[in-house]
Amino acid sequence: MTQAFHGRAADLSTCEAVTEAARIDGMKILIIEDDLETAAYLTKAFREAGITVDHASDGDSGYFLASENPYDVLVVDRMLPRRDGLSIISALRAKGDDTPALILSALGQVDDRVTGLRAGGDDYLTKPYAFSELLARVEILGRRKGFRDTETSYRVGDLELDRLSHEVRRAGQTISLQPREYRLLEYLMKNAGQVVTRTMLLEHVWDYHFDPQTNVIDVHVSRLRGKIEKDFGEPLLRTVRGAGYMMKAEG
Amino acid sequence: MGRLRAMLGTTAVRLSALYLALFAICAVALVFYVTAISERMLRDQTRRAVAVELSAISEVYENAGVVGLVRAVDRRSRQPGANLYIVAMPAGEIIAGNVASLQPGVLDTDGWTALPFRYQRYGSGETRNHRALAQIVLLPNGMRLMVGRDIGEPEQVRGLVRQALMMALAIMFVGAVAIWFFVGRRALKRIDHMSEASKKILAGDLSQRLPVAGSGDEFDRLSLSLNTMLGRIERLNEGLRQVSDNIAHDLKTPLTRLRNRAEAALTDSHDGPSHRKVLEEMIAESDQLIRTFNALLMISRVEAGSAAAEMSQVDLTGIAIDAAELYEPVAEEAGVSLTHAIAPGIRVTGNRELLSQSLSNLIENAIKYVDGASPARIEVRLETDKAGVHLSVIDNGPGIAGDKREDVVKRFVRLDESRSKPGIGLGLSLVEAVAALHGGRLELADAAAENAAMPGLKATMHLPGPIA
Repeated sequence: MTQAFHGRAADLSTCEAVTEAARIDGMKILIIEDDLETAAYLTKAFREAGITVDHASDGDSGYFLASENPYDVLVVDRMLPRRDGLSIISALRAKGDDTPALILSALGQVDDRVTGLRAGGDDYLTKPYAFSELLARVEILGRRKGFRDTETSYRVGDLELDRLSHEVRRAGQTISLQPREYRLLEYLMKNAGQVVTRTMLLEHVWDYHFDPQTNVIDVHVSRLRGKIEKDFGEPLLRTVRGAGYMMKAEG
Repeated sequence: MGRLRAMLGTTAVRLSALYLALFAICAVALVFYVTAISERMLRDQTRRAVAVELSAISEVYENAGVVGLVRAVDRRSRQPGANLYIVAMPAGEIIAGNVASLQPGVLDTDGWTALPFRYQRYGSGETRNHRALAQIVLLPNGMRLMVGRDIGEPEQVRGLVRQALMMALAIMFVGAVAIWFFVGRRALKRIDHMSEASKKILAGDLSQRLPVAGSGDEFDRLSLSLNTMLGRIERLNEGLRQVSDNIAHDLKTPLTRLRNRAEAALTDSHDGPSHRKVLEEMIAESDQLIRTFNALLMISRVEAGSAAAEMSQVDLTGIAIDAAELYEPVAEEAGVSLTHAIAPGIRVTGNRELLSQSLSNLIENAIKYVDGASPARIEVRLETDKAGVHLSVIDNGPGIAGDKREDVVKRFVRLDESRSKPGIGLGLSLVEAVAALHGGRLELADAAAENAAMPGLKATMHLPGPIA
């Protein structure tokens, strides 16, 4: 987490690759957050990343905006004046609105996250968080909107992953991976072109919702990298400084 | 006086009063029933005696006529006894017998007198009235013959029974008052002790406990469950106090450091790269602070048992394998060989995340402190026996001296005095809290005890289970 956690300046300057992708999407998000300073910071940072931002500072107006306008992602603070974040999400879900929602919360314990996700949230981030972490998650959620993952294979550059046979090939050569390495690669390739943070990898590949103190993920990624990139030309698995990793083919 | 009033207000006294009233009602009803029955029996007896007497006298009349009758009546009248005799003229004038006067109208009845009547005995000198039952026969010549019997005797019996009743009631009342006094006072005393103890607890002394007499009665059971509750409150309170102490002592330092850095950067005239470096350091420092905060909160929540709601059946074998697998490359990079001996198919009731995190903490600790051994080795072991499930992380590092083992579990205690290793000193506290939440415990032992080739620390979470 330490590496993933950088200041504003560091975040904004090291996320250029992400920003580029986002601009093409023209993503529009709604932030429901009652702390005005946080909201102003988030709005500015998201705009600099090329994302259009609306802001609501209480539960009622947040629910109103969310039900009146189409958004790609909702970023919802859990504790809000007038109406709490979870009830906004469950109310939207109840009327069939499945806009991806990311819950921001000061409560980070096991059961809090579970209640958040049960209420219909798609992702849960505990305050305080690095902006790069939030941005990466919002972008992945935004891309997910209206998108069913039915692909049977992923391809990045000359790297291919067959989700049915669990075979991985690069430039026609079969690469043998451990089951966990396979899942790591699958998650990275599924989100190719997006920044994937270390915490996200821990959550999705290992189903761990806490931060180990050592750099476990980096070691696993570098092992994986050794297998898929050694002896092959172009690097596909990049490290995004201060944020995480990204699978992307050159050009 | 106040004490008396307090005693009168106790439940024991009220209950005794209620019982007393109920008993009294029952006793009175019983006595009335018994008197009624005995009275009827005595009256029947009287009537039988009268009937026998009458038939004897009637026989005399039949054989010897009026003269014989009068003579017989005279003779019988002179004998002592409770029997009454009258021979009267048709006009009502008494010509023989032992009755001086009697209630008017009695002689007019035919057969049995319906009710006892009053009369005065002849020649007895007594003037007071007696009560009697009698049978009157109208003789063929118009004269009347009455044979009766005084019922003073049954009246006396009734008086006796009444007296006995009063006596019994009096004894009952005295008994009830005695019971009031002893039971009520005892109860009151014990309640007084309890409220005294409660007052002390209210005043802030949570170590106080309610008195338990050891008799196992309702008061004892109440005291025992209240004491259990107090124990729990005390533990929670202790946890809370510890957290605030921790905040005061262990979070102030990094916060001060953070502030100092910002101040130093402000006074530093060089802009640009050096500022950037300071900012990055400050973020790292705040991260550490946040991590500490989260860990503290998590420990106190686990200790408070609030995560218990999220317990389910979890695959401990899977958890152990996952953790070993996650850390294996890290260990390898640190020059440590991490192996595992994990029993298959072990399931326990627990919280997957907390168990994973605890095991991660143990493995991270082992990786951190195993150095120095060559070759450094760590083993993750999961085994089960009659006592339960044992999840251990064993290393061949320097271990922890016996007298320090209790300390390292405490919050913010780190054996590494120089604090050169990363960490905040909360890892083992969490493991201990998680083990306790699962109904188990954390044991730190000398690994050499079982395997001389692995002299180091053996940290074991003993958990109940497994689920069959």
